[in-house]
Formats: sequence, C-alpha cells, structure tokens
Amino acid sequence: MKMRDVAIVSFAQTHHERATRELNEVEMLMPILSEALAGAGIGKDRVDFVCSGSSDYLAGQPFSFVVTLDAFGPWPPISESHVDMDGAWAVYEAWVKMQLGKVDVALIYAYGKSSPGDIRRVLSRQLDPYYLGPLWVDSVALAALQARAGLDAGAFSVEDMARVAAASRHNAMSNPYAQLSGEVDVADLLAEADFVAPLHKHDCAPVTDGAAVVVLAAGGAARELCDRPAWIRGIDHRIEPHALGARDLTTSVSTRLAAEHAGLGAKPVDVAELHAPFTHQELILRRALGLDEDVSVNPSGGALCANPVMAAGLIRMGEAARRISSGKADRAVAHATSGPCLQQNLLCVLEGD
Amino acid sequence: MTDISLPERLRGAEPVRSIRTFARLEYAYTPGRAASRFLNQVTNKRLVGQRCPVCEKVYVPPRGSCPTDGVPTEDEVELGQSGTIVSFCVVNVPFMANLMEIPYVGALIQLDGADIPIMHLIQEVPYDQVHMGMRVEAVWLPDDEIGPTLESIVHFRPNGEPDAPYESYKDNA
Repeated sequence: MKMRDVAIVSFAQTHHERATRELNEVEMLMPILSEALAGAGIGKDRVDFVCSGSSDYLAGQPFSFVVTLDAFGPWPPISESHVDMDGAWAVYEAWVKMQLGKVDVALIYAYGKSSPGDIRRVLSRQLDPYYLGPLWVDSVALAALQARAGLDAGAFSVEDMARVAAASRHNAMSNPYAQLSGEVDVADLLAEADFVAPLHKHDCAPVTDGAAVVVLAAGGAARELCDRPAWIRGIDHRIEPHALGARDLTTSVSTRLAAEHAGLGAKPVDVAELHAPFTHQELILRRALGLDEDVSVNPSGGALCANPVMAAGLIRMGEAARRISSGKADRAVAHATSGPCLQQNLLCVLEGD
Repeated sequence: MTDISLPERLRGAEPVRSIRTFARLEYAYTPGRAASRFLNQVTNKRLVGQRCPVCEKVYVPPRGSCPTDGVPTEDEVELGQSGTIVSFCVVNVPFMANLMEIPYVGALIQLDGADIPIMHLIQEVPYDQVHMGMRVEAVWLPDDEIGPTLESIVHFRPNGEPDAPYESYKDNA
C-alpha cells in the first residue's frame, strides 16, 4: 500500500516549570495553541482533525480532557479525538487517520500538570489492580528496581548514569523551555546521597507542569505550510507485558521491534530525541536502538530536564522535527514511552527533503 | 494445550471471587487566573464575568477562554445580582443527604449582563410556582461567613419583578 506523506510542520511548547500554580490547563494551553497555528501560518479553520493526549488522573478531575477543548474553541463542531496516553500516541492516531485521506491538517496537543497531585502515587494507578496496584509501588521505586537489575547485569554503571544526567543538563542550556540545565560535574553528582537506591535525584526526571502542540500536514499541504517539513517516514508502537515479572527489565525488546518496523536502520540518523525519564532508561534505549556514537542524543536535554507527563513524548517529536525544519538535521528519530519501566515504546523516524 | 491445575495443597481451597483494594489520591486544585479573579470578587459580594473579544458573549464563571472561539477572555464585566430562570428542576430525591428539605428547586439562572447561566438553588417560593422567565435575586451569607465560593450565595429568591420576556433568555432556554 502506498502510504500518504505526512509531516510535522509546526511545534510549540510551554516554558516548563515545577508548578504552574496560577494557570489552569486551558490557560496553560491557549498561548501555545495560537503559537503552533501561527507557526504553520494558519487559523483553526484549516484544521481538519484535533487529537489530544492527557490523563484525568493528573488533574484529579473526570473528563477534564473535554473541558480542555475550550482552549481550541470547538465551534463550529470539529472532528476530535483523545488518547489517555502521551501526545505522541495522539500523533499516531492522527497519522493513521490522515492515511485514510480525508484529513490534510491535524493539530495535536498534550498537557500535564503533575503539581496538583503526588505524581509518583498517581502513576502507580496504571499498575495491575490485583498484585502491584494495592501495594502502591511508585514510579521511582519501579525505575530503581530496573536500574538495580541493569547494574547487577553489568549493562551499565552508576557513572554511566550520572554522565547521562550531566550531558542532558549541558544540552538543556541551549533550550529556553527546559526546567533544569547547567554544567554539572559527574563526580559531584555521584557524591550526593541516594534518592531511591540505586537512583540519585539526578537520575530522575523533575516533576513538571507543561504542554506541547504539534501541527501535522499531509502532502501538498505540508509543503504549503512549512519550508522544510519533517516527514514521518516510519512510525511504530510496541507493548511489553503488563506484568513486570514477565519482562527482562535490562533491555527494551519493544523499542528494538518498533525501530525495526519504523525503518530506523535504513540510514543513519543525525539526532535522537529519546523519552527517558530516568538516566538508565536512556542507556537501555540507546542500546536497543543501536545508535552510533556520533548521533546527537537529546540535544534538547530530554525528559531529564523537563518532564511534563503526557506531553514529554510529543515534545521529543517536536524537538526532532524542529531540528529537521531548521536544517540542522536531515534524519532524526523521536521516541516516546509509556507505562512503568519502558513498558510501551513508540518510534517515529523523521526526514527532511 | 498445557494442563493447568492447582498444586495439591491448594485443591479444595475456596476460590477468590473478588478483592477490594482501596485507593485514595489527594489533589490541590488550581482554579486558574480567570476563576481565581471571579472567586476573589465573590468575597466582595460581586459577580464578575468575562467577555469574549470575538463573539462578545459574557461567560460566568469565567474560565479564561471562549469555548466557541478558543481565544482568551480578558475583558471583565460586572454582572447584576439578579437574573432570570432559564430552566429548572424540582428535586424529589434526597441525594444531598439531608441538607435540603425536598422537594426543592435547582435552576439555571442567567444573571443580568451574562450570556451563560449559572446553576443555583431557588428558595423562598413554593416549588410549584417556579417557572421559566421568573426574575430572581441572590441571597448572600452573612458578611463574616462569605468566602471565595459560590456557596457564599445561600440561594436565589424571587425579586418581585415581572417575568423577563422569552427573547431575553431564549439562547439558554
């Protein structure tokens, strides 16, 4: 089957911060919705389909994702959908819909305010309700188990992990939207106390409020709206078992499979934006993707420097696309994850003309 | 197919048919800038909406955006303390525990100057006399009990004015 060419033509994100105490979700989204539409040079009347990614568990309000549509202004009635997933999966849904031919321009937004609740406890609600859920094993504890498994298996060291943290914060110095950035010394990081052993604080993404918007366009519309569209050349999503005990946590089989099916290996990439909320997860992902040493990994600083839950994966796509559209990269891979310990992984290969 | 059977020592054990696992999460709700301004004005016994710069509708409580046009609403508009009942419901089920004597009336009230109705209680009138178009006014709590919540208004009651013409509230009826 001949696939329809679809590209990311515009991207906007908030200045991510620990807590946006003044703004509700609608107020947080409205400026960047306008910015993303302006980036594509269109009004909302050109948008054929809107798809969003968020979780009501973050806001603690049922159907809060419906209320958030106020930020877009769904009148006259619009074609719209929502995923209770990171916005990267909303891109996937829109991409599939665009393949059906009736949608030329789609707007994707994703947002997450982690500040209203206790994000570690909130994320524990995605565990199975019989065995792990009732124990309230939190997201950092599970990541620590994964890191321990990797360290014990010799897959990486605590120094490797700290180097990921230092490189991320260094890269984020050129990202005005990042929450954390700066030059940090690996030895200094390692001298700090354990947070949830073997994880140090620097191994964990910060708690973040933030949002992002991407505009997708197909074929001629993409060329019309963007001088150098970031074409989606492959997109694939794979899931590992829900039961953590059924998985080898030191590798990421689903990432490797998604990369194969998205055609990552066909040509080298210049940039990889990896959604790794923990340092050791970036190391697991790099290995699963077989990235060469000269690939620029997370030039934005990645999720370790700003992690708006439900939007951090979409931001990886936007950051990768931005580098293609600006001419800094010709081929990039964006990755998004969901679930505990990299349970689900989505890969998107982007190319310039 | 593999034969799956319980170990010997578990045979005859009572099957687990269900489990109960309790979950509790706590949140600090952020009303946002627009709703915060509205709630702060309620403490001054003032009701303030916001006007959309595109369609000019006045929203109350304001949420900072026009859901029709998707643009910020920044122009504040002070609304009247009176309004018109655009729809109502006689409640005969005591689901608010025993807070309210039944039957009672919940109504959508279009405050003077607003384009969107708010929901509130109608009291000080027999329930079977409440009707669309009826003019009502806010009854506030004593000053020292007023806080940043719509519960600062105890209820609405008829204000004695003649019924509002249907044209004035038809968009919300």
